[in-house]
Amino acid sequence: MWTFFHKLGSPPWLYSISGTILRWLLPITLVALAAGIVWGLLFTAPDFRQGNSYRIIYIHVPAAVVALAGYYVMAIAGAISLIWKMKMADVAMKACAPIGAALTFIALVTGSIWGKPTWGTWWVWDARITSMLILLFLYLGVVALYEAYDNKEAAGKACAVLSLVGMVNIPIIYKSVDWWYSLHQPASIKFTGESSIDPSMLYPLLLMISAFYALFTCCLLMNMRAELLEREARTNWVQRLAKQEGRS
Amino acid sequence: MSAPGTLPFCLRLLRRQLVLAFRRPIEIGNPLLFFAMVVALFPLGLGPAPEQLSGFAPGILWIIALLSNLLTSDAVFRSDFEDGSLEQLLLSPQPLFLSVLAYIAAHWLVTGVLLALVSPVFALMLNLPVQAVGVLVASLLLGSAVLSLVGCIGAALTVGLKRGGMLISLLILPFYMPVLIFGSAAVQGAVTGVPAGPYLAILGAMLCLAIALAPLAIAAGLRISVDA
Repeated sequence: MWTFFHKLGSPPWLYSISGTILRWLLPITLVALAAGIVWGLLFTAPDFRQGNSYRIIYIHVPAAVVALAGYYVMAIAGAISLIWKMKMADVAMKACAPIGAALTFIALVTGSIWGKPTWGTWWVWDARITSMLILLFLYLGVVALYEAYDNKEAAGKACAVLSLVGMVNIPIIYKSVDWWYSLHQPASIKFTGESSIDPSMLYPLLLMISAFYALFTCCLLMNMRAELLEREARTNWVQRLAKQEGRS
Repeated sequence: MSAPGTLPFCLRLLRRQLVLAFRRPIEIGNPLLFFAMVVALFPLGLGPAPEQLSGFAPGILWIIALLSNLLTSDAVFRSDFEDGSLEQLLLSPQPLFLSVLAYIAAHWLVTGVLLALVSPVFALMLNLPVQAVGVLVASLLLGSAVLSLVGCIGAALTVGLKRGGMLISLLILPFYMPVLIFGSAAVQGAVTGVPAGPYLAILGAMLCLAIALAPLAIAAGLRISVDA
């Protein structure tokens, strides 16, 4: 157990293990994404009230769910790098921010496109939408703060503090549709009790959510690998790797 | 010389910050002037119709209070960071949590409290109904304390950077939004006759949370900035 923990702190080991994981995870992710999209778009019945427009749910909900979960990943990685001074957690935190921002942006854009036929407007200032917008600002704030520091070690710590402070907002976003009566519907999928969504629509949605989690993991690992190579560019293992790449 | 106790130390720190602020009265006056000028922008931009202005007044007053708080929070730690006294503070045996609170209290007293006290004048200029003025002052007093606490997190994280000004707004504004929502809702409620008590209670709850947690983040941010 502890050797695993120590190995986790070693950049070459992390680089090689993440390469192995990616070799398996990336094809699985792509297949799951393709299957989920085809299943959701072609093989589910249209909604009796919304017709075909509801199908954007297969992008919107997974992106939103993973965008929120990604913030937890970022904040927890930040906490680990602050408390145990693990360099790799710092790399993970930095790699999370742009992916999370992109997912939040996708969720906002698809939500807006969905809102036009359903609610008759591109944008409303309702609790869930506004708080997702705030989430986007939180992600972008972390990116901006990291870029502003010249000293990258301090940048990592400062971003870790900022992302931990931002954790206050995440439960508010999760619960916003239950606490405030708003245009956005409450969560349809529940772990306990009856979900308010038909199983024939639910299963492709669950597949897409899993696929988005896997996609997030893939992007995170690829970002981390790029960041590792950049940080460790002067070390032996990276130079050896570069020579190998050059030869083959 | 023996080290002073924690409470006397914090009170001295607070007194020092206030003395420094009052030695430069213009710096205390600047946020008020800013407040007055931005108030004047709204009738120019939205049109001077009194009934329209009175509808927007709660939001306008709250947004300006928030902006002036944001603009002044950048300077809270800057001069002490530049002349090295912040480093001395970090090295001193006093708990940083409490000394940071002294800085924040000083900032709140010279911006938030002052703005809250003069806000009735601007409320009248924007035609805010008189029955809402009391709630406006109360909500600004409570809310600006939260704003000072949260703003200082941004100030602590960016104090070591040369160009902190724009960045601090990017970092901090998302955290100002909940305060704005409940602060302006309290005043709006008072205009329409809804009891403002629950909104003020939520602002008070936010203040409790911020007092408990923000100094931790500020202390961590100051250590990072000084180390860098």
